[in-house]
Amino acid sequence: MFMSPETALLTGIFAPLVVALLTPFLAVRNNWRDVAGPIGGVITFIAALHVANDVLAGGTPSWTAAEIAPGIELGFSVTALGAIFGLVASGLWVLAAIYSVGYMRGNHEKHQTRFAAFYAVAVHAAMAIAWSGNLLVLFIFYEILTFSTFPLVAHKESKAARDAGRLYLSILVGTSVVLLLPAVIYVWVMTGRLDFIPGGILAGTISPEVAPWLLAAFAFGVGKAAIMPLHRWLPAAMVAPTPVSALLHAVAVVKAGVFTLLMVAVYIFGIDYLADTGASVWLVWATCFTILASSCVAITKDDLKARLAYSTISQLSYVVLGAAIATKMAAEGAAVHIVMHAVGKITLFFVAGAIYVQAHITKISQLDGQGPEMKLVFAAFFIGAFSIIGIPPAGGSWSKFMLMVGAADAGMVMVLIVLGISSLMNIYYLLDPVARAFFKPKVKEVKITWHPLTVWPPVATAVLCIALFFFADPIVGLAQAMVTG
Amino acid sequence: MIDPVSIITDSWNYLIVICLMMGGLFIVISQNNLVKKLVGLAIFQTSVFLFYITVGKMAGGTAPILLDSADVAYSNPLPHVLILTAIVVGVATTALGLALVLRIHAAFGSIEDDEVLTIKAEAALPRVTRAASETDSEARS
Amino acid sequence: MSLAAIIANLPALVVVVPLLLAPVAALIPVSGAAWVIAVIGTGGALISAWLLQGAVTGGVSFSYHLGSWPPPWGIEFVVDAASALTVLIMAALSFVATLFARRALPAEINERDAGKAYSAWLLASGGLAGLVMTGDAFNLFVFLEISALSSIILIALGAGTDRRALVAAYNYLIIGAVGATFYVIGVGFIYAVTGTLNMADLAERIPQVQQDTVIIVGFGFMVAGILVKAAVFPVHIWLPAAYAFAPSAVSAMLAAIATKAALYILARILFTVFAGVPDVTALALEWVLVPLAIAGIFTGTILAIYENDIKKLLAFSSVAQIGYIALAFGIASSAGIAAGFIHIGNHAIIKGGMFLAVGGYFLALRSRVSLSAMTGLGRRMPITTTGFLICGLSLIGLPLTAGFISKLYLVRALIAEDMILVMILVLVSSALSVAYLWKIVEILWQRPEGDDVPLHGDETPALYLPLWILAIANLWLGVAPAPLVDAANRAAMHLVGGIS
Repeated sequence: MFMSPETALLTGIFAPLVVALLTPFLAVRNNWRDVAGPIGGVITFIAALHVANDVLAGGTPSWTAAEIAPGIELGFSVTALGAIFGLVASGLWVLAAIYSVGYMRGNHEKHQTRFAAFYAVAVHAAMAIAWSGNLLVLFIFYEILTFSTFPLVAHKESKAARDAGRLYLSILVGTSVVLLLPAVIYVWVMTGRLDFIPGGILAGTISPEVAPWLLAAFAFGVGKAAIMPLHRWLPAAMVAPTPVSALLHAVAVVKAGVFTLLMVAVYIFGIDYLADTGASVWLVWATCFTILASSCVAITKDDLKARLAYSTISQLSYVVLGAAIATKMAAEGAAVHIVMHAVGKITLFFVAGAIYVQAHITKISQLDGQGPEMKLVFAAFFIGAFSIIGIPPAGGSWSKFMLMVGAADAGMVMVLIVLGISSLMNIYYLLDPVARAFFKPKVKEVKITWHPLTVWPPVATAVLCIALFFFADPIVGLAQAMVTG
Repeated sequence: MIDPVSIITDSWNYLIVICLMMGGLFIVISQNNLVKKLVGLAIFQTSVFLFYITVGKMAGGTAPILLDSADVAYSNPLPHVLILTAIVVGVATTALGLALVLRIHAAFGSIEDDEVLTIKAEAALPRVTRAASETDSEARS
Repeated sequence: MSLAAIIANLPALVVVVPLLLAPVAALIPVSGAAWVIAVIGTGGALISAWLLQGAVTGGVSFSYHLGSWPPPWGIEFVVDAASALTVLIMAALSFVATLFARRALPAEINERDAGKAYSAWLLASGGLAGLVMTGDAFNLFVFLEISALSSIILIALGAGTDRRALVAAYNYLIIGAVGATFYVIGVGFIYAVTGTLNMADLAERIPQVQQDTVIIVGFGFMVAGILVKAAVFPVHIWLPAAYAFAPSAVSAMLAAIATKAALYILARILFTVFAGVPDVTALALEWVLVPLAIAGIFTGTILAIYENDIKKLLAFSSVAQIGYIALAFGIASSAGIAAGFIHIGNHAIIKGGMFLAVGGYFLALRSRVSLSAMTGLGRRMPITTTGFLICGLSLIGLPLTAGFISKLYLVRALIAEDMILVMILVLVSSALSVAYLWKIVEILWQRPEGDDVPLHGDETPALYLPLWILAIANLWLGVAPAPLVDAANRAAMHLVGGIS
């Protein structure tokens, strides 16, 4: 299909919303409703490809609706980083939608229509964040993302789900209202603009004394980036069905968080401004702490999803660290890591869900010896883990490499050590489940049912992990376009 | 500086206003009986009327009715007009207040503020509607 | 009357049409017919207000001389950017609440009282409009009392459902009368030293007065009296009970517009009448209004979180929102005052909508709407609940709703004036308000423990259409806020001049 960049832009953003609005009507037939998601995902992904192509060629697809505040328009405009995130969100939605059908049916979950509808709204919000035209539009859809994912987190309607939902809202809304919103408005009042310009818009208007505080307001205001101590919502949200965890932890919510921070670092503050003023040095330390601390916690977790949650917190801080180091290579590494981690982590979560649906196992200790009967699934986990650890031939090795080079560029030896230790910890806690599954005797006899729709998506994303190792050029190209502007 | 004697000799009218005003306000706040509160309110409002009228009186001025001779000082008629308006408002307020007290008495059986507050039940006053029978008994459950 | 005569008398018509129709409604024993009179009255006021707002958009302000007596001897109605905007908001909400009252009011009051109820309704409408339009300080008191007394009658009508309405009405009467009398005392002082009652004339004469203490005392009494009517902390105590026990339609109308009129008067007193003595007003703003506003914001929000009766919850929420508006006026910059007017408009449609939804619930449940009784109502009354939810999300300031625009402009005004601590407090309270809204949302969508409480009839369009008018207005003004924002900016510019 050939689309003009503007059409692709609008399609990419509004196709998920259309799917969401149609879902209640399509629900007369379960099959119709369940096929709408993947079809919508394919359309959205094709649109995202068009948009990314245009950006690689030097274009900036944009569309504006109305003026929502003096000088600020409600509209969309694609930056290089936005193109990257758009590809991630839409591409993985296709697979997540297929997977969620398999999971929800396999688990006989209730309220699948409501689930599918809000799922699509969340993707819509993520696409709108990816391609937002200015910081205010980004904030608007950031909030919409929070509220549209709430019904997904509290889906099971048990007391644990309700409590998790409340914690989710409290942290995310609390941080965004008290810290992120004033930071955005402060930038607006001081500079008179909120649009994303390569090289940043703060140079010359925000003094170097204020800059670290402003950055702190952004860093802690974006609760979705789960920088410690604002990370608690993430493990709590594991109470949701696994397709939600896969969506939250790979596609929509957390990536929206780190995407926002990277956008702010590159297009609002500007890499050079950050380096010159040293405003982000404290953030380097905060993210290093988060990386190590969450990895330590991950090691102690026996629940598979909890371990993956803390691994996610750690990996998110990789992206923020890349932004904080404030060198070109580090920022590129951060952008590439958004993609690599997304694909790797979604694989791991898909597998966790597949294990639950097929064998009803949630604890790692119970995985002992189950490997030979779920070979495909564990193979996918193995590859996904490689990507997270950063070992070739998995795509994650590229982003880790770029982050390390970026840290070396800035002379931050401590960061290199932290990244190294973190990789070692990753090796332990991510390969441990696979090792136990194949090298230990069984502790539990389980009957394993075969649910293909929960198995093929993780296999597909695992293949994608490897493919991204060999075909990383487009992503790296977009990341380079981001820093050179 | 403030000279206590001159306050009494020169500003005795204002002193009376202040005494009435504070007295009325005190009654409103301190009395439990709802009717007494209204009395206090009326005293409070009356003090304000006095205030306006006393301000309007000119030293050596006569009643503000137009006379033929030229060199006459008149007291200001405007405050009188304002006060007539305010009196009317005060009357309406007092009347409404008393009507409410009557209804409170009918509904609660008491017009003491503290007693009324402790009566928690929500019983409705009897309602007369078009379809009185069924809806009423349903609503009263 | 010829069309030209009607247009020439528009400023008066906004007030006079409802007032004249009030005695007519009182004589009609049938609720349906009395309702029609009320619709004509409020509708006529709305049309007049709309035309007036159109007239001032060009930057024109004019005054209407009642009885053709020129000011400052006669009483004038002032039509400028600020008053036209406020009176339009009030007329619009009056009208929507009147539409809702068609089904809602007869369900809660005696049939034979319907005519008198609508009469009081029209008096309240007209009185509040007059309060906003008038340019004479004492005439303001008259309209203040007209609207107060008629509001008291309307609140007391709630006794048909809950006799505590009588006590609430009585308390409002006492506190309101004391407040109004304070205002009159203040006017008395000011009149004694300036000799005029016309607001524009006062603005010129007050700076020339030598006796500063009299000006300060008079100003203090006037502001204190208006603060009582505006329900600013700590004299807000009459509001929760009054809104909680009044009939639903009455709560909706009063919550939307009654306190807003008083807040508008506050702005007028601060920025028009006493504009010439900024050192006096600045003292009041910085040390009285802003701290009280913040106290009101937190008191209202925290008490709302712990409240179980939903109308009282919304009333406490109103106290908090009034605090935001008072704070916005307290900032006293053009941006702050504009933010105040924006929130006057937005809160009217937010709170009006929420009370209309609660009215719908009440009429379905036929019992007091405590939160426990509302369990699971969201599934059984989806149309009403969705409208309620839209207004609720607007209340907490979700982007793309009107409430977000208010928050945006308020925070912007605070940052521009370097009031960072106040801004943090405002945002913390805004985050806290999510707690009480979410409490309601969770309960609405929960599954009830036992059997469902029986509903009296399904959702009727007569009850949810007015709600949806306001809900859609919330969404519209959230995405395309320009009309309200521009009008508010013009109003602010008129009051203090210059955009910061």
